[in-house]
Amino acid sequence: MRLFLALIAGSLFGAGLFVSGMTDTTKVQGWLDVFGNWDPTLAFVMGGAIIPMFFAWRLTANRKPAVGGEFPVPPRPELDHRLITGSVMFGMGWGLAGLCPGPAIASITYGGIGGLVFLGAMIAGMMMAPRVNAQLDRLAAAA
Amino acid sequence: METDWIWGLVGGMLIGLGGAVYLLGNGRIMGASGILGGLLDGSGRNSAAERIVFLFGVVVAPLILWPLYNVEIDTHLTKDIVVVIAAGLLVGIGTRVANGCTSGHGVCGISRFSLRGIVATVFYILAGGLTLAVFRHVLGVI
Repeated sequence: MRLFLALIAGSLFGAGLFVSGMTDTTKVQGWLDVFGNWDPTLAFVMGGAIIPMFFAWRLTANRKPAVGGEFPVPPRPELDHRLITGSVMFGMGWGLAGLCPGPAIASITYGGIGGLVFLGAMIAGMMMAPRVNAQLDRLAAAA
Repeated sequence: METDWIWGLVGGMLIGLGGAVYLLGNGRIMGASGILGGLLDGSGRNSAAERIVFLFGVVVAPLILWPLYNVEIDTHLTKDIVVVIAAGLLVGIGTRVANGCTSGHGVCGISRFSLRGIVATVFYILAGGLTLAVFRHVLGVI
């Protein structure tokens, strides 16, 4: 059941990314490009995705997940340096190429060599993250 | 195209439905960087099968929908390989350091009014817009 639901969730996610046009980097960069030919599509995707999720969070009250266990507790409320530094780095890469992790994975079969190179670099970056975190923590402690 | 926003809204709702199934069914947050990253650094060892099946669905769904589209599907990714590698590294490191990306912080975080999700989203959008403005309109390289 757990695996079946994960397959359904992943398929809906992949289908949504494909249908919404979010695997097309010109649409993502078009949204970030406020000084150019601005494209509002991404705001509709974000808004459309937040609506079902808003109701889903409401339904978690006084319930358990269908397969058992517990719902994720709200993350630590502190805004630490990792959240800010990481988000800025992610945003820079997102702006440069117009791909974030979801679309990079969803477009693996039609993104060509460039898409595979991006995915490879992204995976390498993810594996470097613990070392980057250690460095950032040292810098934050020294500051 | 004028219909792009409708497809954006429809696609967005499919993404949100996926997140709702993953949350209400499996009790998990649907974040692409976390699901993949947990497989890479071993933190998701106990839920590896669930993560792999989820990612399989993400990859296969476009393949099923593809024949329904009468147009050529193209990601229009830049051909500049240096930019592609630099961007990939930044996205990979940044999403793991921040512990979330557009799906985790953006969709799942904002919808539960999480301060962390909202702040992360503001910062990556500002950083993305600023980076694009500098590299496209000032330097003219992308």
